[in-house]
Amino acid sequence: MLASESKELYLSEFRRYRNNGATKNPPWLRQLRESAIASFQKLGFPTTRDEDWKYTSLDSITSVAFQRGNGVAKTVTADDISTLALADSARHRLIFINGQYFPHLSSLGALPVGIRVESIAETLQRNDDSLAPHLGRYARVREQAFVALNTAFMEDGAFVMVPKNCKLREPIHLIFVSLSNGESVASHPRSLVVVEDGGEARIVETYIGWGMGNYFVNPVTELVGGEGTLVDYYRLQREGIKGFHIGTLEVQLGRNCNLAAHAITLGGALVRNDVHAVLNGEGSECLLNGLYVLDGKQHVDNSTEIEHMKPKATSLELYKGILSGSARGVFNGKIMVHKDAQKTNARQTNKNLLLSADAMVNTKPQLEIYADDVKCSHGSTIGQLDRDALFYLRSRGLSRDDAQSLLTYAFASEVVARVKIDSMRQRLDDYLLTKFGRNQESKIQ
Amino acid sequence: MLEIKDLWAKVGDNEILRGINLNVGAGEVHAIMGPNGSGKSTLAHVLAGRENYEVTGGRVLYEGKDLLTMSPEARAREGVFLAFQYPVEIPGVSTTYFLKAAVNAVRKHRGLEELDAMEFLALIKEKMQLVEMDQALLNRPLNEGFSGGEKKRNEILQMAVLDPKLAILDETDSGLDIDALRIVASGVNALRNQDRAMIVITHYQRLLNYIVPDFIHVLYEGRIVKSGTRELALELEEKGYDWIKSQEQRSEIGDQRSEV
Repeated sequence: MLASESKELYLSEFRRYRNNGATKNPPWLRQLRESAIASFQKLGFPTTRDEDWKYTSLDSITSVAFQRGNGVAKTVTADDISTLALADSARHRLIFINGQYFPHLSSLGALPVGIRVESIAETLQRNDDSLAPHLGRYARVREQAFVALNTAFMEDGAFVMVPKNCKLREPIHLIFVSLSNGESVASHPRSLVVVEDGGEARIVETYIGWGMGNYFVNPVTELVGGEGTLVDYYRLQREGIKGFHIGTLEVQLGRNCNLAAHAITLGGALVRNDVHAVLNGEGSECLLNGLYVLDGKQHVDNSTEIEHMKPKATSLELYKGILSGSARGVFNGKIMVHKDAQKTNARQTNKNLLLSADAMVNTKPQLEIYADDVKCSHGSTIGQLDRDALFYLRSRGLSRDDAQSLLTYAFASEVVARVKIDSMRQRLDDYLLTKFGRNQESKIQ
Repeated sequence: MLEIKDLWAKVGDNEILRGINLNVGAGEVHAIMGPNGSGKSTLAHVLAGRENYEVTGGRVLYEGKDLLTMSPEARAREGVFLAFQYPVEIPGVSTTYFLKAAVNAVRKHRGLEELDAMEFLALIKEKMQLVEMDQALLNRPLNEGFSGGEKKRNEILQMAVLDPKLAILDETDSGLDIDALRIVASGVNALRNQDRAMIVITHYQRLLNYIVPDFIHVLYEGRIVKSGTRELALELEEKGYDWIKSQEQRSEIGDQRSEV
């Protein structure tokens, strides 16, 4: 199937949806969907001729007729999900399967008064208009084809609302499961996190895949932090080997807001992580902390854009990649400093470790600066394990494989160390040690 | 214990070792001195198994076995230890984790049970006293941000816990002030015994005031040109390496004449 035919399929699917599922939506949402599908019609799917998609071809997504609503979840238990999501100690969790909320698998402990953690579909059913001022206001529906597609079709996802000065320190886990047994399932999860002035929140979004079939998941999350907020946000991705994941995180930060957004990508066949952070208040601080660990034929594209709009904001970005097999990694990091954003402090680093001759990385850091009093730097590296370090470890009795896996683990540890949820950091540590340990066993055989 | 016979080695196109002969017996301490570029560190790394050195001739027997065909880790497990001149910094690996992995790799090979966390900590605490090392260093990434003295003490600590039969100390005195030198040397001396051989490589006589060797060899242009006892080191200090160089040049002229 050609990309143009695929586009037609989505458009005709929307025409059916408009007259069926979407009829119960409030007018503002119906309008939002209409303008989104119009944008999608205009934009079409990006191609490698687009600068932002130069190294990532979407043929494997546009050549398949992925269908919403396919595949029903009856075989999965909450424990299965928690284990795969590295979240077995999670007290608060919402579970979505193929984009739909599953209350009987979900659980919420006691939360501070005023905090809302619920499914967007539930909020809409209640005729509750809390979503209207935010939903679709930040994500770039007009410019990004996949955001437009998500906005046209979105049905469910998480709505987290932390009111003024309310502090939610326990992590909220939002777990999105794709379950496919060969039906080419599509889902467009949509989440909204609003943290009002002085509030604190810790959110973990996890994506996992289940079953043997292929699937396409196109999640969009809008995250808004008001003045003086503290937000710790994680996107952990463990899609299956036939999972296609195009994800978008759209962030809007106010004055003196402090955000850490972590992106840990371990799974998926073709993955794109778009992060767009707008630092729209003086003195805000933004940390983007990323790790991608790929092998086989995985293709993962991390595309981040930080916009400094106001003075005295700080952004710090560190993304690290470990690639083996014939995996392909792409890092596209843009920092834009607008003309009012004097005294900006921005630092961006991308480091890649290639463990095999066939693995490949394209890294493209970009700075665009329109203010004159700023401190900005960026750098990227692609390399192999340090030979001196390998020899040093082996000269102390460690086998070549043990030395390699220890150094590989050490390479990732700088990113993992910034994960503030103890149980998650521990799980990640275990995962990485086991993963590289397994690699060595297969090398020995 | 160690027999080096006519050992030749090169790095890239440079022939660095050009026929080394050396025998080291159990319990002996041999010092190898020589000017910069004479091949001292190359010899140390060739013995430890570094891959980018190419051995082009000769052989090395360690306890009767062919050392040069063994991997670096096999040599370490068999009891060869190299204290590095420049210990490598490894961010992300804690010193404790590294030491424990090393100790247990070596113990496993020697048919000993692996140490659990408690046993390991007890061993480390005991050995740390030898080099007066601060226990806080254990939780830090391996050698990262360690001072020159801390790195060298860490090397001797590793030597103490790995309990080698043959220890090669490569310029362990470099970058040390007099106090650190004294501590490191007393650590080394405490590890001297009748079963353990040591090769102490140094540019300066100074270290040999603290670690007194049984034999001294002078390495020049890839060969041992002079061997002797402690007095040789003092003579070298007095006359400088130029003394060796000029002697060598004379003998080369002599060689050419005899060829004619």
